[in-house]
Amino acid sequence: MMADILFTAEGVTKKFGGVTALSDVSMAIARNSIFGLIGPNGAGKTTFFNTLTGLYRVDQGRFTFDGKTLNVKAPHEVAQVGIARTFQNIRLFGEMSVLENVMVGRHVRTKAGPFGAIFRPPSVQREEREIAERSRKILDYVGLSKRAGEKSRTLAYGEQRRLEIARALATEPKMIALDEPAAGMNATETVALRQLIERIARDGTTVMLIEHDMRLVMNVCQHIAVLDYGRKIADGTPAEIQKDAAVIKAYLGGAHGEGEGSKA
Amino acid sequence: MSGIFQDRRKSMIALGALAVVLVLLPFVVGAFGQAWVRILNFTLIYVMLALGLNVVVGVAGLLDLGYVAFYAVGAYTWSLLASTQFDLHYPFWILLPLGAFLAAVAGLLLGAPVLKLRGDYLAIVTLGFGEIVRILMNNFDKVSLPWSDTVYNITNGPRGITGIDGMSFFGFKVRAGTELFGLQISGLQIYYFVFLFFAILSVIGVWRLQHSRLGRAWQALREDEIAAKAMGINVRNIKLAAFAFGALTGGVAGGLFAAMQGFVSPESFGLLESVMVLAMVVLGGMGHIPGVILGAVLLSALPEVIRYGADENVQRSVFGFVLIAPEVLRNLIFSLAMILIMLFKPAGLWPSPERK
Repeated sequence: MMADILFTAEGVTKKFGGVTALSDVSMAIARNSIFGLIGPNGAGKTTFFNTLTGLYRVDQGRFTFDGKTLNVKAPHEVAQVGIARTFQNIRLFGEMSVLENVMVGRHVRTKAGPFGAIFRPPSVQREEREIAERSRKILDYVGLSKRAGEKSRTLAYGEQRRLEIARALATEPKMIALDEPAAGMNATETVALRQLIERIARDGTTVMLIEHDMRLVMNVCQHIAVLDYGRKIADGTPAEIQKDAAVIKAYLGGAHGEGEGSKA
Repeated sequence: MSGIFQDRRKSMIALGALAVVLVLLPFVVGAFGQAWVRILNFTLIYVMLALGLNVVVGVAGLLDLGYVAFYAVGAYTWSLLASTQFDLHYPFWILLPLGAFLAAVAGLLLGAPVLKLRGDYLAIVTLGFGEIVRILMNNFDKVSLPWSDTVYNITNGPRGITGIDGMSFFGFKVRAGTELFGLQISGLQIYYFVFLFFAILSVIGVWRLQHSRLGRAWQALREDEIAAKAMGINVRNIKLAAFAFGALTGGVAGGLFAAMQGFVSPESFGLLESVMVLAMVVLGGMGHIPGVILGAVLLSALPEVIRYGADENVQRSVFGFVLIAPEVLRNLIFSLAMILIMLFKPAGLWPSPERK
């Protein structure tokens, strides 16, 4: 692999008691690419994600990020090293305004402490101005600047998804991990989302996309890895994945499939 | 505070009018007796307590039922170091910062073990913490070390500490009062202005904290802890900061309380007091400073006003006889008022505009 690699998983294994949720999973994500992680329900996508973001500890193997071993001891350190995420079941700060939600994302790249907050020296005032300005720009980027002053929980569903992405972008991530961003979206919203994802990657942020919407994944991703029962069963370009026998079996139901076919 | 008055000139006029009212208030109220000035001063203390608790409960969303413990730490710091108890007489500019500091340390001590707790569980532990502090004060009149038989009396137990020094500036004793331009100003009226100063300081401090990077992090924590972590917020640190800053305000209020009263006992720091301060925050409007101030003013002044209004003589003149014992009627009206507010204004009397 000669491509510039941003993120790798190397033989990652995670067990919960007797259940092996992840078994020797390896993958590599090229910088500025859009990488899809798919698999039937219960395949281990979320476990993989939670292990990567520091919620669980790996039993074996390791992650590398930007050339270094990713060694996070607490979830909040993940944003620090440059991985931002969104949530499958939208988790916005509902009572805060749209703009404030994005401003919270700037937290990790700014530093004013309690004494700065109370005495407000010029440096803190400047920082506050920069936080607000930058957050407005990001809202503009995702097309939400008109809603800046509104409470985030009053937004429409698709807007909430985009706000989550804006908030994640505010942390200046090198990689943004989107957990089923198209879930519950209609066709128009999904197209807008696809354009946004492509723009994010073009502007220099690597995207890891965990998604059930096959059309979105096949259209937008350059590279896809497929998980099933905690193992990686395939890894390749969308065209390769579509032809892969193991993937078809996992999705259309060979030994264990039921009801997954509709999603393929 | 911002956004209430859109027009700058209007807001300046309103602020000026408020300032005039606040300056004249102790003299108007004083005409009805010094007891009313004391009530006014207590109102200011409760404003400070409610603002401090608002940081913890309203902004950061951490339910604290033992808040009064920090008030006690501030009060006992002053009482032990400026009274006849140990014959120590430190000045206020040492005692207030020290009380605030020790209260903040107590806040960290409470915060550290409860970092992983939320909601009801957090409430129970903080409730216990408040009781522990009160019981310590109650029983620290007979402390002995395991290796010696000497018994030390530190807090004077349930009898409380008497002979506490008042506040004094450069030899001028506030408690004695003074005469200014032929106007007799009582000690309580001077305390009013001292308390007002600290209450305004608390308002500014809490407002600035709330509208800062830290304040946004607190709100994020209140709204969704998991998302806050994913945004890179060190939840542990900001929880501790919330407890410490809330406690600090309580500590200052405690010191001022001890200075004015000249007497403290564990009785003043019971669970009911914590509940009362919490009620002020909730009834006023959680997380909204003007609402919290309103809640504190109403709940601390209302019982006194009802006490006067439900007086036996008043009842006789209205009904011709005493209907209910004044004390019972007072609690009845007060409780009814609280229930009605919660029924009809569940978000508080004056909730923040984005919280309707």
